[in-house]
Amino acid sequence: MDSFAGILGQAFGLILTLDPDLMEIIGLSLRVTLSAVAIACVIGLPLGAVVGTFRFPGRTVVTVLLNALMGLPPVVVGLIVYLMLSASGPLGVLGLLYTPTAMIIAQTILVTPIVAALTRQVIEDLHVEYAEQFDSLDVGPVARVGALLMDARYSLLTVALAGFGRAVAEVGAVLIVGGNINHVTRVMTTSIALETSRGNLQLALALGVVLLILALVVNAGVMAVRATAVRAAYA
Amino acid sequence: MRDMMALPETLTKPAAPLLRTDALGFTAAGRALIDGIDLCIAPGRTTVIMGANGAGKSLLLRLLHGLIPPSQGRVLWQGRPLDRKARAAQAMVFQRPVLLRRSVLANLRFALSVRGVRGAQRTVREAEALARANLTELAHAPARVLSGGEQQRLAVARALACTPDLLFLDEPTASLDPASTNAIETLIREARASGVTVVLVTHDLGQARRLGDDLVFLHAGRVAEAGPLADALAAPRTAPLRARLGGHLYLDTDHIPIA
Repeated sequence: MDSFAGILGQAFGLILTLDPDLMEIIGLSLRVTLSAVAIACVIGLPLGAVVGTFRFPGRTVVTVLLNALMGLPPVVVGLIVYLMLSASGPLGVLGLLYTPTAMIIAQTILVTPIVAALTRQVIEDLHVEYAEQFDSLDVGPVARVGALLMDARYSLLTVALAGFGRAVAEVGAVLIVGGNINHVTRVMTTSIALETSRGNLQLALALGVVLLILALVVNAGVMAVRATAVRAAYA
Repeated sequence: MRDMMALPETLTKPAAPLLRTDALGFTAAGRALIDGIDLCIAPGRTTVIMGANGAGKSLLLRLLHGLIPPSQGRVLWQGRPLDRKARAAQAMVFQRPVLLRRSVLANLRFALSVRGVRGAQRTVREAEALARANLTELAHAPARVLSGGEQQRLAVARALACTPDLLFLDEPTASLDPASTNAIETLIREARASGVTVVLVTHDLGQARRLGDDLVFLHAGRVAEAGPLADALAAPRTAPLRARLGGHLYLDTDHIPIA
């Protein structure tokens, strides 16, 4: 067996030569994850903002539920989505099982509660500050939520980042609903698991390195944007 | 019978009160923080609300503006219960200005937009407000990097840009230096001169003398004394106001009989 340094060297070789298999897996991973995070933001940001802004019966229950759903086990989500999309399931007719769309659905279900719960907290804190001024100006509900989302935008970037982190590193759900099919549904995490079990450590490690770099770059990017906003007094 | 002085007619029965309270009360945790206040705010005057910390000044202001529903009694705007239309005719400036995380101009724009002012009219009003607050050169600066005085000028200008009939001010100069205080007082005088009715909470006796027409002096959630400001300050009729004018350092919880 090659030494760790040797495997690492070969892994970087794959990255630097832009190995087609590696690029395909990275591309699909990003497509699935970014789509899921985008959809989760479209649902979770307004949902969290509404729960964080308004008082209504059952608000505490919704808040507890959102917080609890943040810890959804990916394999359970994968199993539920699998049952829904399987041939005998209610959505089986759509034929989505073992497609990237199924993986996006599963990741969206995983990430939406994270985005919604964290958004609720951010918006609730900001609303405490703004509430009296908004009441004084008689700001309507839609304008109120819109203004809070707008003014919390830099904090919400971090929320989206948390969702991205959860989705990009997730393996259980996408493995169950995607099936890890080569050139179809194989993403970074499922590939790492598969290639490691096969003993193809170069590719597994290369994917691992890319995953780490991605996480680092996205985090650094968001933090830089946020720091700029703080310096400019917009956050 | 409540142990309070009879209020003069300027504050109880003006010809056509802009704002009136009937036995207004607010109770929290079993404690009456505002207790049976009957008050009328006459149009075109500046009413100064004074009293020690905890007397209920800011709470009364919030009740008058409808930010908090009263526990007892009611607030009437031109004889009718407070509603959205009434709120649209009022504006409030808080002790600590609440500014959006946006530019100076965007803060004005937001307030005008929610009040339904759009297009060219909004642009004109924005320019007027910036000029009034002497903030034209800072129009595109983030509001939160302004100094305390500039922030409060923006808050007052934003309130006035909405062309209110009644402006509530809750200690707007509490943490400002004399120059900034003067700038805010100038804005208040200009508003008053243009017909805006003003209700001002302050601890500053000098400011009260400079700006006020009427005085409402609160003690333990009740009106201890009310009337034309000059008369009330020249000849205080109640112990709490006498104590205040005499420079005694009493707390609102100290048991000073009102009569």
